[in-house]
Amino acid sequence: MGVVPLSDAIRELVHDGDTVALEGFTHLIPHAAGHELVRQGRSHLTLIRMTPDVVYDQLIGMGCARKLVFSWGGNPGVGSLHRLRDAVENRYPRPLELEEHSHAGMAAAYAAGAANLPFGVLRGYRGGDLPARTRVATISCPFTGEELAAVPAHRPDVGIVHAQRADRHGNVQLWGIAGVQKETVLASKRALATVEEIVDRLEPRPGATLLPAWVLDAVSLAPGGAHPSYAHGYYERDNDFYVAWDEISRDRDRFRAWMQRHVLETADVAEYHASLAREAAPV
Amino acid sequence: MSDWTADEMMAVEAARRLRDGDVCFVGIGLPSLAANLARRTHAPGCVLVYESGTIGAKPAALPLSIGDGELAETADTVVSVPEMFAYWLQGGRIDVGFLGAAQIDRHGNLNSTVIGPYDSPAVRLPGGGGAPEIALGVRDVFVMLRHSRRAFVPMLDFTTSLGSDVRVVVTDLGILEPVDGELTLVAVHPGVGVEAARAATGWELRVAADVRVTEPPTPDELTALRSLRTKGGPA
Repeated sequence: MGVVPLSDAIRELVHDGDTVALEGFTHLIPHAAGHELVRQGRSHLTLIRMTPDVVYDQLIGMGCARKLVFSWGGNPGVGSLHRLRDAVENRYPRPLELEEHSHAGMAAAYAAGAANLPFGVLRGYRGGDLPARTRVATISCPFTGEELAAVPAHRPDVGIVHAQRADRHGNVQLWGIAGVQKETVLASKRALATVEEIVDRLEPRPGATLLPAWVLDAVSLAPGGAHPSYAHGYYERDNDFYVAWDEISRDRDRFRAWMQRHVLETADVAEYHASLAREAAPV
Repeated sequence: MSDWTADEMMAVEAARRLRDGDVCFVGIGLPSLAANLARRTHAPGCVLVYESGTIGAKPAALPLSIGDGELAETADTVVSVPEMFAYWLQGGRIDVGFLGAAQIDRHGNLNSTVIGPYDSPAVRLPGGGGAPEIALGVRDVFVMLRHSRRAFVPMLDFTTSLGSDVRVVVTDLGILEPVDGELTLVAVHPGVGVEAARAATGWELRVAADVRVTEPPTPDELTALRSLRTKGGPA
């Protein structure tokens, strides 16, 4: 598809019932893409993410998900995700199936998916109650006999990441904390990157990750599309928002009203930011 | 009344246990406070590793999240998350790992997964994150946890990580260390009685014969600690 509007990319690439990974480890979280999934009313999604935070709380609270595959589901530095908790504890607004892993297991599962292997292998999941509750198996090293854990590879239908910039051909460059985004894109059947800006020429940058246009199905411009997460070199993490989210998300009606005002009644990421700015402005 | 808080006492006691040059896997909150304090006092060569992939981070203000931009800007190197867990943690490069939890048992096993049954929990907690592999992949596990019967329980609702490598549990009342596999009260903080620690423990707490009183925070430690402020947080 090349460089296309975000609404077109989501319409084309993500279908009801798909397994979708929107990745980002604190940095570069694809919030704008998550909001577009809500606007288009996607449902019965299996959501994969190591650290489901506010954007997954929003998708779960809006009833878009039937299953969550994850390793740590909290509001970083703040506390619980109240919409996630409501879904698990009270099956509201609908039941949410959980497949729970450790970070090391999730990372190995993505890396295996990117490498086109059926499973990832690690020295993990030893003891404790998690192995009985998740998809993990014990295998023996064929050379030493050591017992190791095998986790099935992640192969999402769609992988979605946010990055700093792309060129007009759709080659994408990201830097700073890179999380598991490269693995997510390479493990997925279809992949979308949203970016802060589109430039004529990508200046090479030491330490940057490059996702060539030919591993992506679509690239969409979404300035500010990581908010309240951040884009290194563009804007900082909105820590106040994460703190405020604790209150907004605690109450079902207040959450719903917030989503109505800032996501459902806005057309895109620019209108989302305008609606937040209006609310913050003194009356 | 003391002129420091219980959290400050905890951070100071955890920091004192870090040696110069230790490579520490750090989480947010008290562990981050303790490790940054150690780096500013007796252990300037302490290497802070945050699981977001930042190795050798040197933040000026305490981060709110493990992936704040300042961690990346001040790090010696930034690696991907798969690399962090495979090459650095599983590779055996980390000396000390800090863990917290909602519940701990007498063997140092931790629960950060659920309160109540797994399938219909009373409280769904965030989950293990890096803890299961940190607990078995570092040399020494330091646990920091506020002391209460809700947290110090005879039986965990869920075992998220194993306690076999837990070397110390720093609480707001004192210090516990494993003796023959069971956590034993070896010190109480100034002004705290052994009975208070017993009363806040949900099992019959073992107490060392020569239980010490923790050294109070020094003026230097308090000054260094209070110069650390969470970025964007209250002063």
